[in-house]
Amino acid sequence: MLRLAPALIIALLVLPVGAGLMMVLLPAFGYLPTLGGHGASLAPWQMLFDQPGLGRSVMVSFASGLVSTAVALVIVVLFLAASRGTWLDRGIRRLVSPLLAIPHAAIAFGFAFLIAPSGLVARLISPSLTGWERPLDTLIINDPWGFSLMAGLVLKEVPFLLLMSLAALPQLAPERRLMLARSLGYSPTIGWLKTVCPSLYPLIRLPVYAVIAYATSVVDMALILGPNLPPTLSVSILSWFNDPDISQRFMASAAAVLQLGVTVAALLCWWLLEQLIRSLTRYWLINGSRQRGEIILRLVGRSALLFSSITALAALVGLGLFSLAGFWRFPEVLPQMLTLDHWQRSGPMLATPLINTALIGLISTALATALVLATLENEHRQHIQPKRALWLLYLPLLVPQIAFLFGLIVAVESLGIRPQLGLVIAGHLLFVLPYVYLSLAETYRRLDPRWLKVARSLGVSRSAAFWRVRLPLLLAPLLTAFAVGLAVSIGQYLPTQLLGAGRVTTVTTEAVALASGSNRRLIGVWALVQAGLPLIGFILALGLPRLLGTHRRDLAT
Amino acid sequence: MPTRHPLRLAIAITMLAFTVPASANPDPSDWQSVVAQAEGQTVYWNAWGGDTRTNRYIDWVAKQMQAQYDVEVEHVKLDDTGSAVARVLAEKQAGNNDDGSIDLIWINGENFAAMRESDLLFGPFAESLPHFALTNATDNPEVVTDFTLPTEGYESPWGKAQITFYYDSAQTETPPQDMQALLAWAKDNPGQFSYPRIPDFTGSTFLKQALIELTDQEKALYQPVSESDFEAVTEPLWAYLDALHPHLWRSGRAFPDSGPNLRTLMSDGEISLAFSFYPTDAAVAVMEYELPESVRSYVLEGGTLGNVHFVAIPYNSPHKAGAMVLANFLLSPEAQAQKQSLAMWGDRSVLDIEQLDAETQTLFEQGDRHPSELPADALSNTLPEPHPSWMTALQNAWLERYGVN
Amino acid sequence: MTASFCAPLRLEQISIALAGRELLAVDATISPGEVLTVMGPSGSGKSTLLAYIAGFLDREFTASGGVWLGERSLLNLPAEQRNIGLLFQDPLLFPHLSVGGNLRFGLPRYLNDKRQQVTQALEQVGLAGFESRDPATLSGGQQSRVALMRLLLSKPRAVLLDEPFSKLDTALRQEMRTLVFSQLREAGLPALLVTHDHEDANAAGGPVIELG
Repeated sequence: MLRLAPALIIALLVLPVGAGLMMVLLPAFGYLPTLGGHGASLAPWQMLFDQPGLGRSVMVSFASGLVSTAVALVIVVLFLAASRGTWLDRGIRRLVSPLLAIPHAAIAFGFAFLIAPSGLVARLISPSLTGWERPLDTLIINDPWGFSLMAGLVLKEVPFLLLMSLAALPQLAPERRLMLARSLGYSPTIGWLKTVCPSLYPLIRLPVYAVIAYATSVVDMALILGPNLPPTLSVSILSWFNDPDISQRFMASAAAVLQLGVTVAALLCWWLLEQLIRSLTRYWLINGSRQRGEIILRLVGRSALLFSSITALAALVGLGLFSLAGFWRFPEVLPQMLTLDHWQRSGPMLATPLINTALIGLISTALATALVLATLENEHRQHIQPKRALWLLYLPLLVPQIAFLFGLIVAVESLGIRPQLGLVIAGHLLFVLPYVYLSLAETYRRLDPRWLKVARSLGVSRSAAFWRVRLPLLLAPLLTAFAVGLAVSIGQYLPTQLLGAGRVTTVTTEAVALASGSNRRLIGVWALVQAGLPLIGFILALGLPRLLGTHRRDLAT
Repeated sequence: MPTRHPLRLAIAITMLAFTVPASANPDPSDWQSVVAQAEGQTVYWNAWGGDTRTNRYIDWVAKQMQAQYDVEVEHVKLDDTGSAVARVLAEKQAGNNDDGSIDLIWINGENFAAMRESDLLFGPFAESLPHFALTNATDNPEVVTDFTLPTEGYESPWGKAQITFYYDSAQTETPPQDMQALLAWAKDNPGQFSYPRIPDFTGSTFLKQALIELTDQEKALYQPVSESDFEAVTEPLWAYLDALHPHLWRSGRAFPDSGPNLRTLMSDGEISLAFSFYPTDAAVAVMEYELPESVRSYVLEGGTLGNVHFVAIPYNSPHKAGAMVLANFLLSPEAQAQKQSLAMWGDRSVLDIEQLDAETQTLFEQGDRHPSELPADALSNTLPEPHPSWMTALQNAWLERYGVN
Repeated sequence: MTASFCAPLRLEQISIALAGRELLAVDATISPGEVLTVMGPSGSGKSTLLAYIAGFLDREFTASGGVWLGERSLLNLPAEQRNIGLLFQDPLLFPHLSVGGNLRFGLPRYLNDKRQQVTQALEQVGLAGFESRDPATLSGGQQSRVALMRLLLSKPRAVLLDEPFSKLDTALRQEMRTLVFSQLREAGLPALLVTHDHEDANAAGGPVIELG
């Protein structure tokens, strides 16, 4: 029975994506009988290329994906290299999971308010330092080349890449390697970069690709921070799919295929970059230089990540201030008056979305965790080391949501499944599963096999060993993986909106719907609620083991 | 007010043919049986959900409907009415003729025109609604005309909107009274005004407002756009915008997303002149701490565009009875008064208040006017909306000229 | 490398404690070319001593005492400036570099005949021609030899050995012992060996300190 688990997971992940892509590919070339398209044609593509500003949209999507990922990766790598063992390291580790849990939209809102010409930063320095009585009329948010979008993306990507790196590091014995390098005379940062980093990168390559894929096709962040005239490709696709004019639907499908192409091109470009860097650094790794650049790298390493974390926190603080703000005019740093009005008004409307969010999150994550545990246990018993399968796992993360979700709807409807809560849960499962697997896999495999051998030798059956030895030993990482999955589910927008046909409301869909009404105070309330929910999950994940009395030093943490 | 905001939302669902035999549509003239049929139904009302005040009102309506008629009303929050239209169209294409997912749509303008054209609406029903008579359609033709098209009973009115300007009197003392004055004002106050990015509904209405004033072929606007020389009619508009844009917020290189976004800009102190579709918008914003108390509202001297917003029932709704009961309730004095009160929403009533009996009239009494509200007589000058085909044409032309930074 | 360039390693009244309880106390001088063996059961802090000398002592421990290389005090120097080489149980060859790359890693930046030095080093341990091999393809014994040469190529002033032979099978062990100690003696390096195997101590042939 357990052997079915991997096959089940593959089916759950690959089939929907494949079906979705298929149902988008066909209309892109003119074939969708139910909407009146009966033959292959390139008309949708002609329409697409006639759209003004398409080139710029594509460029911005492509560039923002690559640049933001590169910056985030550099920040994370330099941090790891420069901060081993310091108090900064320990402090940041605790901050990473909560920061990761905050949904993209919430961060984007907060960040937008931080850096806008009438935003928090400008208010802090005006009019004392700058003499501004009115906000400056400069285009910072929604700038045409997407720099504020890239900055916002970096804020979210850094915690994710950091978490993935921290999860992958232990199997490399980094402390030993660093010790060796230092004993050979290498300064700590340089030593880490030369001895640990090259082995670390292959382990985080897939997460990096997932980040690139996300960044090139992100919708909610692009709406808030990205350029408007023209918007990024993903935003344009959304508006084309929503257009009542039927002929736009074909063009939108073509655009979705184009989006897929952009993502693939970005991934390819990154891969080429990898090769380039590899050949460039081949000599540097063994040329014996031990001190050069140490000071700068250490400085950047320690400050960059700190800066990005502080910015993310400041963004949240801004949201909080707004949710309590009475009237608040530029250049006041704090609102002239505080009020609980906004929270009170939103209170009654929070009930249903909260319940839905919790239900969907808990069920989909529980299912995902069960499947992942089954697969990992199966791997353990069959002694398989899956390498290739990992790519399939990443499939829902690598294919842009906007490229296949619309097609998935069509496929699902043609099977007669109506939009409903169950469908939304299944949709969330698609995205939660990879993250839960990634969080859990390493710790699961690294659990000392001798525990189980001891258990078996005491006469305990395999499944009893699983329930009574393995799970309790892995309680902390299990809960963390669960919290990660929950966070992923809470932050989903498109899947809930599309698969529920607007009838299933979660905190995220409501927050995004409110965004179109632009009442920043209410957005502040909802964004905070949206950000707070995953945090509860993480607090439970950290606290429950202690509560249950199973928190012991030697357990995997 | 439905905005055509190119944002995130649900789309066309295609379905295979549904072979359940079509159930008979309720007959609106037999109101008793309609009410009886409606009991226990759940009506999915697709309406713009971007404003909490609107949502709050719809929430109140839902509670009343449950209490008074045992009809459950679910507010499906839309970003863009077009997506609802698209869904019904797709359902029709897929042959789903009696189990549609939408029961009532908040609609007007070109969306209504599109649905009528594709035969997507159930009706006529509006004029059979008991409360419809309260609108006094003979004296108030705007409640049966939607952007020059007669509604013919396919949609029922429920509120009124009119372009209203508002400004911060602490920053500027003499706001412009017409388009040319606006251009001069913008030159004197660079970066202090803007309009929502096309294809937003409010932004598109600004284009129409400007066009009506600037063109010399006004009559052409009330005929389909195909019957006139678009270039010739709109030429003064583009010349005007070319002159205006460099003096706008962000020098016209970026535009706010929507009407409410425009309000946020004023709240941040970035602009000092804005406009909205709701005459009471500014006043409510002051009450909710979004705008300073120095904000004042006004209407342009030559009048501003106004329209009525309606609700319509898709032809394939499975809960037509419930939808009709809801549409009727929306027209009741109780609901209209609640809607108009500043504490709830502030959207104007479509009822002819003078014609109501004295007791019911008291429901509509406002008490002291809020200082930021329009003066009482200001709304007399309402310009009717042009033909809906002009909206799309103008939007496309704008996107072509200014759509890429 | 002649003995005259090397200085003795002085461990002056070193005391290491954990949570107030003293783990070990050592006072010794190791002459160039000599191997001091420290023996004791597990938990007696042998590896902590090495960590202290090399400059990697964990925060939890409190330690006092001087470490001198000739006239130089090492205590205030960061680990990378102490010139003290380490040899662990695991050879810890960097998997992303070839065998030759690992060896070059130990060489200083500016040197003219790096390639020659690498070739010579490999010849010295009977692994001629292994420059471009992937370390993962080498046997345990071969890897240990490469690790040793990498250490020596970096020209350390002293060497710390943390049970370097315990993972090798018995046949190999004797071979490695001879190799390591002869190389160390030839290079004139003071060495500190931590082990629980008496055979190691015998092969080292130097003074022995028993802990615990």
